[in-house]
Formats: sequence, structure tokens, C-alpha cells
Amino acid sequence: MLTSIIWRSLISRRKTVVLTFLSLVVSISVLISVDHIRSQAKESFNRTISGVDLIVGAPSGELNLLLYSIFRMGSPTNNIHYDSFTMLKANKSVAWAIPISLGDSHHGFRVMGTNADYFEFFKYANKQRLELAAGEVFHGPFEAVIGADVVKKLGYQLGDKIVLSHGIGSTSFVHHEQAPFTVSGIIAATGTPVDKTVHVNLAAIEAIHLPPAQLKELVQDPHSHHHPTEKITAVLLGLNNRFATFTLQRHINTYQDDRLMAVLPGVAMTQLWSLMGNIETILQVIGFLVLLASLFGLATMLLATMNERQKEIAVFRILGASPIFILSLVILEALVISFMALLTAFIVVTFLLMGLEGWLTAEYGLFLNQNVFTQDSLNLSLIILGATAVTALVPGVEAYKKALHSQLSAK
Amino acid sequence: MTIKDKNPIDSQAQPTPAIELNKVVHSYSKDSPLCFSNWTVEVGQQVFLYGDSGSGKSTLLNILSGILAPQKGSIKLFGTEMTNLSNSQRDRFRAENIGVVFQQFNLIPYLSVEKNIELAVYLARSSKQQLSTSIQHLMAALKLPNSILHTPVSSLSVGQQQRVAIMRAFINSPKLLLIDEPTSALDNTAKHAFMSLLIEMCQANNTTMVFVSHDTALEPFFSIRTPITSFCSGHTIETVN
Repeated sequence: MLTSIIWRSLISRRKTVVLTFLSLVVSISVLISVDHIRSQAKESFNRTISGVDLIVGAPSGELNLLLYSIFRMGSPTNNIHYDSFTMLKANKSVAWAIPISLGDSHHGFRVMGTNADYFEFFKYANKQRLELAAGEVFHGPFEAVIGADVVKKLGYQLGDKIVLSHGIGSTSFVHHEQAPFTVSGIIAATGTPVDKTVHVNLAAIEAIHLPPAQLKELVQDPHSHHHPTEKITAVLLGLNNRFATFTLQRHINTYQDDRLMAVLPGVAMTQLWSLMGNIETILQVIGFLVLLASLFGLATMLLATMNERQKEIAVFRILGASPIFILSLVILEALVISFMALLTAFIVVTFLLMGLEGWLTAEYGLFLNQNVFTQDSLNLSLIILGATAVTALVPGVEAYKKALHSQLSAK
Repeated sequence: MTIKDKNPIDSQAQPTPAIELNKVVHSYSKDSPLCFSNWTVEVGQQVFLYGDSGSGKSTLLNILSGILAPQKGSIKLFGTEMTNLSNSQRDRFRAENIGVVFQQFNLIPYLSVEKNIELAVYLARSSKQQLSTSIQHLMAALKLPNSILHTPVSSLSVGQQQRVAIMRAFINSPKLLLIDEPTSALDNTAKHAFMSLLIEMCQANNTTMVFVSHDTALEPFFSIRTPITSFCSGHTIETVN
């Protein structure tokens, strides 16, 4: 009975109700997406790298180094000598060292030159190793192992030939057409930037930048002559003993034969996160303010109709409805609007995330779970409904007063 | 449709009157108290209560229905002392025992006729069994077409709305009916038909009725006519809501 009264009452005022509903949908959507992106971004960030103790690159900012070496964002400022890598690998506190070389791309996906150790030692999420979904790690210089997103977007299969482009933009005018690569392996999805990376042999990066004549020779006979790698972008280090981290960091930072900088991934991640954190707080505050405005709108709408509802209230009263009944009727109406807006917002955000997934991953390296129904969003929903009930008290109390003073001869 | 008897009447003594007012005082402001001296209505009587505008008729109806609580005095309805009841008990008493019909606006405009009736049943917490049979009986008695049951109240004519209001007032088989100028929006023919129906239904159900009006043309329908001035005194400035 109560539901049908509320429903009919809302329908009879559908224009204002729909507008209020829409403003609530917008504000709740903002809140949910901010909250979702925040929690997902944090998770996505934290799973990107695991077990790497130091990242070594050319001196720039800590963040910059972290961004280009791990998140494949931004561009490397400078390179370091390959000799430095040999030096680091030889250091007795170093358990493993992975060289990486960046700077080329394939249809917008970054190309990373590395060696087989990468597949052995690089870990993500909860110390998980990279698994190959198909094929095997590259052996020859012109073989590539590609991430799951590359496969998803470009539809490659094992054995396909791909051409790398110079530079890291999604459109490039310099293609390394003379030296096509063969897809030798596909990495199972990780939910990290690895998924959108094309991995090739470190030597191949050096090779495709050779003068055309030498490259042609090399392509025809890959074992003709070995060109030593001279420059790499960064080195990822795993240590035998984590207590040695700071000593080694100092040692690297003061290394005389090359200009090097070592950063602790954890520290840089925290720095990055605190940067994002500010934006997140601002977005959240804005979200809550928008919600507040919408709730005020809701209260205003209900309050504005209260005068014309005086007769209706009088009828409820003569039928024996208590003032509390009328108060709860008003609050329930507000809650129904708010609840419907909440459901709609969840649907909207889910579709929005589906649509924006590719873009968010490509632009910001965010890997979002599309399931927005988490414990956090549940708590948020309860907060929103609670706030609605509180705001609806204003028109509710007005209705209560009218009910209390309503008289039979309401005209 | 049996009348729920929440207030057993002692059958040994004299029959308890439907309404017993004793020295009731109510004032909207300190300067103009309204005093109602003794007034009694027996069960099953239909009373025509007349008086000019501002003579305290509406205040009396508000007090009788329990919407207003007077400052002093005693009101007994079927033996129940209204002034001893809490607000919610009075609301409950009203829902179960009193039917009310106003001049206009008796129904929730956005609900259908059926839902309006159901609302009254819901608030009186009476049983929903045989509800549709009772509705059918009342519709037939009030000469209302079946088709209006699902139409929104707002699309009915005023005459139909008033008849639906009577139907709603009768649905819980009230012991007491309070009627406030229900015919003022009706033309003469409709007025006549409406009054005959109302009296007929009250007599058929042995319902006590207090009918308030300043329209003396309605007097012939009643055997008991009481001028409100016979038991109401004091400054009688009716407040405007």
C-alpha cells in the first residue's frame, strides 16, 4: 500500500521528480567513479611491480625514471652505458639485473628491449612471475614476445610478422621495415603495463638502428657479426640482501664512470601516489559537494510541493494517519528517488568504464576492474541514502507540522 | 462487514450515547475561547447541526474527530473518553470509528478510486477480506459505475467525487459519520440525490451522523435539527488555516 502511494505520488509530480533524479544520477555517478578509480588505481599501481629493489637509470627525477621504466609513460631523458649494466650485474650484493631499452613503438604500444632474465626475474602483483600464454621467449634477434593487450587490440598470433616504428607516438613516420619481427611468444594477461608492451631482444634494438646496409646483412644472416649493445635505458635490480639497498644506492649515485641514478620503487611509488592522492581528494570533495547540491535540490523540490499537498495531508489525517506516518511518507519518497538514482548511477558508471577502459589504460596506465559493486561502493551507497534521509527531514518536518495543524475544513 | 467493537458497552445500564460533550473549552487564541456546554447524540441518530459561518461548527467537528484536543472538558464517543487518549490512540480511534466527508477534497488526487478506498482500509487496519464485495455493495448503493474504480480521482466529476467520498467514509463501517457541508459544490438535483442516499445509508447501517451546514434548505432531510448556538457560546471567530 505504502509503496503504491509513494509511487503514484512521485508519478503525479514526474517533471520535477525526473529532474531531481537526473541531478542525483550525475552527482552519484561522479562520486562512484572517483571512488572506484581511486581504489582501482591504487591496486593497479601496487601490482605493477614486485620484488624489484632498485631501478637504475640516467639522472632525472625519481618519478620520471619510475614512470618510463615501469609504467611505460613519458620518455627517457637519457641513456646509460651498457658497461654500467655489466658493472651492476657483477656487484656481489646484486642477485639479478635486467637491462631494459626503450624508445621504439608498435602501433602505439611501447617496445622494450631486454634479455631472457626479464622473464625469469621480473615479478608483479604478489611476487608473480610472467607466464607465457603461448609460444616461447625470444631466441633470435628478430623475435618478439607480446603482451595480452597487444594481442587483444591487434589480433596477432604466433608467427605473425610485425614492423616496429621509431619513436614512441602512436603515429610514426619512420618504420623499421627492413627488419620485421616474428611473434614468438604471448604473455598471459597481468593487468599491468606488461600487457601493452612488445618485448624484443636487447640486441635487436641496437640492430634496427644500424645503417641500412649493415642491417640488411644482419637480417639475411643473423649470426654474421655481433654488434655489441652500447646504450640501454635502465636496469632493474634484485638484491641478495635488502639491507644492502641503501649502500648500493649511494654507491650507484656516486659512480664515477657513468652518470647514474638509483631509486627505490617503493619510495617513488609513494611519491607518485601522493601526487595522485591530492587530485583524488579534490575530486572526492567536489563529488560530495555536487551530491550535497543535488540533495538540497531534492529537499527544495519536496518542500515546494508541500503547500499544494496540504489538502492531501488533511485527507491522510482524517483517515487516521499519524503525523509520523506523513513524515515517513515524505522521507520515503526522497529515499525512493535517491535509491533509483543510485542504481542508475551504478549502471551508468559500469557502462562508462567499459567504454573508457581502453582509453584509461592507454593514456594513464590504469587497469580498472569493471565490477563497481565493492565493499567501498556499498558503504558509499549507505552514506548517500543516509544523507538523503537527513536532508529529507527538512520537508518531512514541514509536512509533520502541517499534519499536526491540519484541520477538517482544509480548503 | 461487522463493526469492530473496541469499547464494550455495559448493556445493563442505560444505552451509552454516541456523543457526550461536557463543558468543552477550546481557544485558538487567549481572547476568544469557544465553550461547548452539554450536548448529547444517541446512537443511530442523524443530527442536522446548523449555524452561521464562524459559529464554531468546524471547531466542533475537529474536536469530535480527535484532530483537535480541547483545553478543558470531556468528550465521550461511544463511552470512550477522548481526552484521555494519546495522540496516536486518537488517530487510531478516528481511523476505526469515524468517517468524515468534507466540502471538497476528500480524496488523494493522484490515487485511483480503488486505491483511495484501500488506503482507508489500510490505515484503519481492518481486514481486507471481502473488501471487493463491500466495495461492490457500496458502489451499487451509491449508483457509481464500476468503470470508475481504476480511474484517477482527479478525472471524476465533483458529484462523483463526493459519492466516492461517502463510499470511502462507509468502507470501515464507522459508528460515527461527520459531514461538513458536502453539498456546497453540487447543483440542486445532485444535492437532492446525494442527501437521500446519505440518509438512506446511515439508516441502513444504524450509523450516527453529525451533519454540519449553514444551508437550511437541507433541513427537511433530518428529524433532529440543532442550532449550534444552543450549546455553543463565546467569541466565535473561526480561525483561518
